This record gives sequence, structure tokens and C-alpha cells, in this order.
Amino acid sequence: MMNEELQTIAADLKERFAANLYEFRDEVSLILNPGDIVAFSRALRDEYDFELLAEETAVDYWPEQAPRFHVVYRWRSLKRNLIIGARVPLDGNSPSMPSLVEVYQNANWFERELWDMFGIHFEGHPDLRRVIMPADWVGHPLRKDYPLGYEEVQFTFNYTEINQRKPYATE
Amino acid sequence: MDIDFEANLSPDVLGEFAHLVSERALTGETMLLNMGPQHPSTHGVLRLLLELDGEEVVNCIPDIGFLHTGIEKNMEAKTYLKAETMTDRLDYLNNLGNNLTYVMAIEKLADLDVPPRAQAIRVLLTELQRISSHLVWVGTHALDAAAMSVFLYCFRDRERILDIFEMVSGQRMMTTYFRPGGLWRDTPVEFEAAVRDFVRYFPPRVEEYANLLTKNPIFMRRTKEIGHLDPQTALQYGVTGPMLRAAGIEHDLRKAQPYSGYELYDFDVPTHTDSDTYARYLMRMEEMRQSNRIVEQALNKLPLGPVRSNNRKYVTPPRSEIGISMEALIHHFKLWTEGFLPPKGSVYAATESPRGELGVFLESDGGPTPYRVHWRTPSFTNMQILPILAKGHLVADLVLLIGTVDITLGDVDR
Repeated sequence: MMNEELQTIAADLKERFAANLYEFRDEVSLILNPGDIVAFSRALRDEYDFELLAEETAVDYWPEQAPRFHVVYRWRSLKRNLIIGARVPLDGNSPSMPSLVEVYQNANWFERELWDMFGIHFEGHPDLRRVIMPADWVGHPLRKDYPLGYEEVQFTFNYTEINQRKPYATE
Repeated sequence: MDIDFEANLSPDVLGEFAHLVSERALTGETMLLNMGPQHPSTHGVLRLLLELDGEEVVNCIPDIGFLHTGIEKNMEAKTYLKAETMTDRLDYLNNLGNNLTYVMAIEKLADLDVPPRAQAIRVLLTELQRISSHLVWVGTHALDAAAMSVFLYCFRDRERILDIFEMVSGQRMMTTYFRPGGLWRDTPVEFEAAVRDFVRYFPPRVEEYANLLTKNPIFMRRTKEIGHLDPQTALQYGVTGPMLRAAGIEHDLRKAQPYSGYELYDFDVPTHTDSDTYARYLMRMEEMRQSNRIVEQALNKLPLGPVRSNNRKYVTPPRSEIGISMEALIHHFKLWTEGFLPPKGSVYAATESPRGELGVFLESDGGPTPYRVHWRTPSFTNMQILPILAKGHLVADLVLLIGTVDITLGDVDR
């Protein structure tokens, strides 16, 4: 059964930000407009005691274009012992949305990871560089249109042929 | 090559880091030093770019990603069961904890029941895992402070735990022992005796290590008042686990939101108010004692019964049924080739790993492979606090500060 306190908070916020609710397995997320996310998280932190930004990640719904991405947030309140989530739909192949770093400091690396892996741009981020992939990497690996990639299996009969087109390091 | 050390440093040389260092680095007043990624005290392949004023750290810029293995991307291409083998490789000191978090997410998604015996064995083994992870931590932390012998003792005891893991799962580290709906199989007959042996053996050992370190004047001088973290900053940066508890905030998911039957066990969550490297050392030592208590209780009231759910749409039937039941054979075949098809939706499951909150975000599109898996790893989040801890300390202390955050690079880079 879903916690009553959580339901009240979700209903309050739903009305205030004209959001939709997504409920599944006792978890609740609000579906928000990209422009509302900073005000929303500020309200969560200052009015509803959600002290921790637990995670920030994204899902790619390619080949869908509107929305192509959902940025997924999750906050944890230690005082109330609750978890609340939010989803922000983003359209198009090079989306952009406001950064959360000024409200929660640890959004910094989460958003760098999202830029690195999904190519989602965060406005107002102090240091939006790739965090995991090398700085000169091309593409955003966790997008669905980015192939997983594999190494060709070499057998005796085609060993040299495959060897010739392998991308060995040169120097 | 002639290097003019007096000349100003050009921002081009620094590349992507140019905007992160201070003006003083460009004029040559402070020195830039590269530490890692092959430095032994960085506990793996962590690279730090240090800006130093003499011996003092002015700025510390972590550069991660050297151990990135694309686990999240790989899991999207495998069935739920096959993807579980990759979870062992995330945080290589908390393999069973990763397994547990992942299967908990699947169980939540598919609404699966887990029999009480499987729950108890899960708790028992993850607590042993916590002890083994903290043993590695105490050993390497003491080694960073130049106490060699503690390291050897800790690794000796960790072997006993890894032997128990090998006994149940066939592997010392890459266990994949917890499966959606229960366990891979029941524990072997020698299991209970081996665990009982360990819970008797371990408490005197942990006191022995405490005797070596807790009142050791060198260790105290190296750790006391080093790396102070106030609770507000800790919350701002999303720090969890022993780091947060050492800052005086009592938050432990095992108590706050009990999973896998943790509410049945009697244990304390240690907290401290000093919030320095020494306090975090005390926290982890106390956690090992508490984990040993949980293991003992779990062993004493280990229920009998099945270790796997009877839900044949998700859980493979026992081997004995396959020979006599056509249905069982079909389920076995379907589950190992196509995999199971959980309902559409997304869930978040979290456990208390030795390092903090370990969470899995799992989204399913109704197909046999996870549509998206995201690992909210404690090391990745806690790592961001390192520049704040390091500011104003000496390079020698920085080595201890990397230790006190307790990162596993497999957990940071995924």
C-alpha cells in the first residue's frame, strides 16, 4: 500500500506544477515540464524535506521523437523516510534542459554523465564535460541508435582477412 | 627537451582542465601534479589532477572512467538472467550486494515472492560480504598510513569469507548466487558449520585489529581532524553510507526501509559526530561487529524450506522435475532461451552497500531484456566529495582521504 504522506505530497505537487502522476509498484513519479524542474526540486528540498538527490538518469525511447528522452530523477527524504521521483520528457535529438546543480550539488556528475552518455545538454551547468568516456570520444554510447559493437570472431580460414581491418593502435 | 619551468603555463597545455585550475597555476605560482591512474594508493585506476602550493593541496580534480566497461549498455542486450552475471563485476568487493539489488528490482517489477529461507540466506551472505569489504578497506587504509601487518591479517580473514562464497556459489567473487525469486540452489551441507566457525573466529580478530590501530598514536595523528565533512555538505552532495553516519546522521536503509527481512534482526547502526577520517574508521570497525551479530542471528534461526519461488513463469523448475514433467521441461527451455517477460514499467530498488546507497533503476518495455538499467552507485556519488575533503591538506593526507571515501573504481566507472 502506498504511504499516505507520500500521496498527499504528490497530490499537492501535482496541482502546483500541473504535472501528471505515474504510479507503479508503490512508487510515485511526477511527469513535469523541463522548465519546472528547478522550482520543483527547490520546493522538494525546502518545503518537503527531501534532502538527498538519490539519482538522476535518462531513458532513450528512440525511434520515438516526441518525447525521445525521459530524464528520471529520484529524491530521498531522511526525515520523512520517503522516496519521490520525477520524469521530464524531452523532444528531439539534441535536447536541452535546466541544470539542477544550484539546488543539489551532486547533480554535477549525474548531469555530466547524462551529457556524456545521452547527449542531453544542461543549461547553467558549471562544468559540462564528458565524465566517463575520453574527452575526444564521438557519439553518446547509451543512446539506442548507438550500436553495442563487438569484435569479429577470427577462424583459421579468415584470420588474416579480419586481422587486416582491425583498428590497432598506431604509433 | 628543454622545459622552462619559470615561464607561464599556456591554457592550451591543460586542455579540458584549463577552466578548473586557479589563476595561480597559470602563472606558475602553484604546481600542477598528475596522480594516477596507476598510482597504487588510488585504490584502482583513479586519476587526480592536483594543484599544489608546496605540499598543500589547493585544488584536486578527479578524472574517472579508466575502468568503464559499458555494463549498463551490455545489460540492455542480454536477458534479465544473463545480465545478472554482469552485476558481479560492478563493485568487485560487494558482488552479492550487487546481485541482491538487481534481483530485488526484478522481483519488484515482476511482483515475485521470495521464500523465507532464501531471504535469510541472502541477509547472511550480504552481511558476510560487508565484513569482507570492510576488511579490505581497513587493510588498505592502514597500508596507506604505512601499517603493513594489518593488511596481511585482513586479507587472511577475508579468504575465509571467500571460501564460504565459493562453497555456496562455486566462485569466490563472481557469485551470481541470488536469482530472481530466490537462490541458484540451496546451500551445501558444510555451509552452516563453516559459517558458525567464522562467527566464532571473527570477533577476537576484529578486536585484534582495533588494538593495532584504534589507540595507535601514529594512526591517530594521521587520521584525527583530517578530512572534516559537515552534515549539511554531506547531504548537499548526496553522500550516503558510513561517511554520512560518521557526520552524525543516522541513516541506514537496513533500518529505515528494511528489505529482505532485515526487520527480523537485532542490530545497531553506529553513528559518530566528529566526521573526520578517524571517526569513519571507528564507524566501519563497529559495522563489522554488528554484521557479525546479524550473521550469527541469521544462522541461528535459519528457516527450513524451499529456496526458490514456485512461479514457473519467472523461476526455472528444479532439476528433479525436468525428467518427469513435460511442463517443467518447457519452462526450463523457455526461461533459458527466451527469458521471462516482466510487465511494462519502471522500478527503483535500493540496498545499503558497504559504501552507501546502492540503487538500481530498471525500466522494462515488456520484452525479455531490460530496456534500461541504471546503477546508482555509492562510489560515484561519494567520489564528488573528495575535492572538498582534500582542500588544504597535504598530499600524504590525500592518500588517506581517498581511502576514507572508500571507493571501488568498478563501482565508480561501471
